[in-house]
Amino acid sequence: MSLGNIFDIAGSGMTAQSLRLNTTASNIANAETASSSTDTTYRARKPVFSAIQQDMMSQGDFGTGWSQGSNGAASAGVKVDGVVESDAELQMRYEPNHPAANEDGYVYYPNVNVVEEMADMMSSSRSFEMNVDVMNTAKSMMQRILTLGQ
Amino acid sequence: MAISFANALGIHEKALNVRVQRAEVLANNLANADTPGFKARDIDFKAALGNAQSQASSLPLERTSSGHIDPQAAMTERAALMYRNPYQPSLDGNTVDAQQEESRFMRNAMDYQASFQFLNSKFQGLTKAIKGE
Repeated sequence: MSLGNIFDIAGSGMTAQSLRLNTTASNIANAETASSSTDTTYRARKPVFSAIQQDMMSQGDFGTGWSQGSNGAASAGVKVDGVVESDAELQMRYEPNHPAANEDGYVYYPNVNVVEEMADMMSSSRSFEMNVDVMNTAKSMMQRILTLGQ
Repeated sequence: MAISFANALGIHEKALNVRVQRAEVLANNLANADTPGFKARDIDFKAALGNAQSQASSLPLERTSSGHIDPQAAMTERAALMYRNPYQPSLDGNTVDAQQEESRFMRNAMDYQASFQFLNSKFQGLTKAIKGE
């Protein structure tokens, strides 16, 4: 139970969102990276988020979940479990003049949906801002407590 | 006649504590706004404050080892931590409504400021009494 925890929580949220923005940037940058085989073609990447569960054994903290029964423990931020590649179908285009074209004249383009990526980008930047707001508010709450009695 | 700080400060100190706890829970909801399957939570402020008050007046059990379950922490604020009923749950099971949570967080911060203001003026009143102004 302290305001300091809010910094950790909002910080974990910012880390997760910036990683999401990072994968989005990578996807958009590689949207037109053609390749001659399905194995070497870039595939859209997505981060997987999960909530960090607080240490069940820690005592004296708020909401550590001993007596909560079905309620479970309070979580303490968000973490990135990993980055997964999309297994959606690659785009096959007939471009015989392309240097990477295979013997049938086809090249493979990544399964990146640029519209989806743009929506993802806006969503993650909004979420990032939200976490910054939370941090700012927690900061002013903390500064206020330091002026107690003055 | 000694000044009892606990009596002089009254409820505002506890209210401030509960406000901080609520801010933490709401910040966690906001951080997990994009986590699939995450369920938004909140504190029942009234229950948490009532518990904090009754806790102060009851005789505490002593914990001789850090491994012991803290009976008070187990009995009080945790019981007030509940799940939110979503207005519109998303397909991935996430029940965080970012706008709702943000407005609650802001409101909580304002209430915190009010509690702080009360606490601060209590202190100022005490200072005046001590100085005899």
